[in-house]
Amino acid sequence: MAEAQGATAATMFEKIWRRHVVVDRPDGYTLLYIDRHLLHDGSYNAFRRLAANGMKIRHPERSFATPDHYMPTNTRDKSTIADPNHKRMVVGLAEHAASTGVTIFDIGDRRQGIVHVVGPEQGITLPGITLVCGDSHTSTHGALGCLAFGIGSSEVTHVLATQSLWQRKPKAMRVNIDGPLGFGITGKDVILAIIARIGAAGGTGHVLEYAGSGIRQLSIEGRLTLCNMSIEGGGRAGMIAPDDKTYEFIAGRPYAPKGEAWDRALAFWRTLPTDDGATFDREVTLSGPEIAPMVTWGTSPEDAAPVTEAVPDPASASDAARRDGQARALAYMGLEPGTPIAEIPVDRVFIGSCTNSRIEDLRMAAAVAKGRKAQIPSWIVPGSGIIKEQAEAEGLDKIFTEAGFEWREAGCSMCVGMNGEIGRPGERIASTSNRNFVGRQGKGVRTHLVSPAMAAAAAVTGRFTDVRRLLPA
Amino acid sequence: MSTEHKQQSRPFDRLTATAVAIDQPNVDTDQIIPARFLALPRAEQVPHLFNDVRYREDGSPREGFALNAPTAKGAQILIAERNFGCGSSREHAVTVLVDNGFRVFIAPSFGDIFHNNSFQNGALPIRLPAERIREMLDHLARRPDASITVDLESQTVTGPDNWTQSFEIDSFRKQCLLQGTDDISLTLTYADAIAAHERRAAAECDWL
Repeated sequence: MAEAQGATAATMFEKIWRRHVVVDRPDGYTLLYIDRHLLHDGSYNAFRRLAANGMKIRHPERSFATPDHYMPTNTRDKSTIADPNHKRMVVGLAEHAASTGVTIFDIGDRRQGIVHVVGPEQGITLPGITLVCGDSHTSTHGALGCLAFGIGSSEVTHVLATQSLWQRKPKAMRVNIDGPLGFGITGKDVILAIIARIGAAGGTGHVLEYAGSGIRQLSIEGRLTLCNMSIEGGGRAGMIAPDDKTYEFIAGRPYAPKGEAWDRALAFWRTLPTDDGATFDREVTLSGPEIAPMVTWGTSPEDAAPVTEAVPDPASASDAARRDGQARALAYMGLEPGTPIAEIPVDRVFIGSCTNSRIEDLRMAAAVAKGRKAQIPSWIVPGSGIIKEQAEAEGLDKIFTEAGFEWREAGCSMCVGMNGEIGRPGERIASTSNRNFVGRQGKGVRTHLVSPAMAAAAAVTGRFTDVRRLLPA
Repeated sequence: MSTEHKQQSRPFDRLTATAVAIDQPNVDTDQIIPARFLALPRAEQVPHLFNDVRYREDGSPREGFALNAPTAKGAQILIAERNFGCGSSREHAVTVLVDNGFRVFIAPSFGDIFHNNSFQNGALPIRLPAERIREMLDHLARRPDASITVDLESQTVTGPDNWTQSFEIDSFRKQCLLQGTDDISLTLTYADAIAAHERRAAAECDWL
């Protein structure tokens, strides 16, 4: 009986993959159908290339666009974009969308925002679908139980022209979080703990499925944060089985099914979770209760440690390559070996990005900021116009501005700084974004990745502080 | 779907060239080309390969960075440590390398999107065992002008000491590179299969 089950038991990834195979070639390559496709202002070149080759978009109704990378977050007026190259990306996206019939949530539309916030918010992201976007953080969408991954610009052109992609089937890896998460622990802390364990290349060639009681406990916002950073662990995609929280989140969203179609969709979605007895190519387990608020100390997301610990001493590294790597990272970060993380002073705070700019993120940060004062320049950049409105309706903007935080418009902003919003050389930023790479937030800028609650704690104390001491119980 | 698309990419078969060694793990695409150059026209991005590690604040070349060595001129092979090209999906990371003359990247592992983007631009990413990479990096440190030969047909890399190491590549990607086929041209030959899939899927998931 167990064997018979094992023979047919499939992972969620396998089930979704199979339904989207257009052609399986004998050489192991698959032409995979793409249900939904997201575009942003950085995708402008792929649009342009398609037009230059005289090709048409096969299914304009399956692509959705919103400008996020290049638009400044202190204005909603495109005409004020100073750099002509930046303006061309933002204006060009809207022009191509208009001429091709692709739906766009443009600047000035309350639905505009970071593409990976907008997809789930509009109900474009649904369980069981394949979804791609010319951005590595497309792994975010897998939190709703779909197969979503980032692609390059040539592949964006390919999807526009053919609604499909050539893929070699990735392997499957399951990451289990066993046991409940502690007080004040968020999806961000969980994913940083996972990446610290498996390494920045730990998931290369794999689709990661996150499972276990620690994952089920997370809100949809927390799951989106978790899946968002799958790419930082090398994963091709990240995914979480849909459950009642997922269906509740999706119900009523503009592009989600309604009425009888909802019932048919729901019946299908309930068949998606990985079957008992299905096997994975790799499996990793972390203990949920042991995860603490995390802070990165180096220049790769794998350089993460609990706020209660100290930055490592390269002298005690296990091998020469690791020692050199740690020494190089600490030199860039301006940190002495062995410094307790809670003693590191911070110059600036950025709360935003496709990782952490959703309503729950803002509520968590506001809970810490309430009645306190920011000691350092601190920005809040909501993930979409709708989130901004919702936060204002809840009075969060008032809490932030009274605490001395700057309340801004939706966009990618200082996560990647393409719109010119960057830090100064040597500046140390507590950031809720996803990459602490050298120069990511501006040349010479030192980025520490943290959760929104930990970022707010850094803002009001001027250094990294264990947020569990500041949160209302 | 138009069937007139006939864009070809540059074929690749065999290459003998000098190499540049980037002896660091986890080199991300932000380092290969920083974000502030991505909106420039492609031709203007060319000088900015590894910009912030390669140049000082005043624009002068930083000594000790591999691309600034005299022997780096004319190099067409880049050898790196594990997880090369991780991070952002920006295809500019591949095109700026290609536009600087590089056609082969050799590392123990690559970021998945960078790996895919390489094939889209007629470049060949080769995974070799970490120990072999270590040997090559050590050899290049002593003899930076050494030549390396990459033969796609026989799937071999021949190093400066005349050792030969075979490498794995998907036969799909190999054929596309050898023939200079681009993906869209190939996919257009499957138009009927795509249409059939769409009819089937429309019946099964009519809410999409």
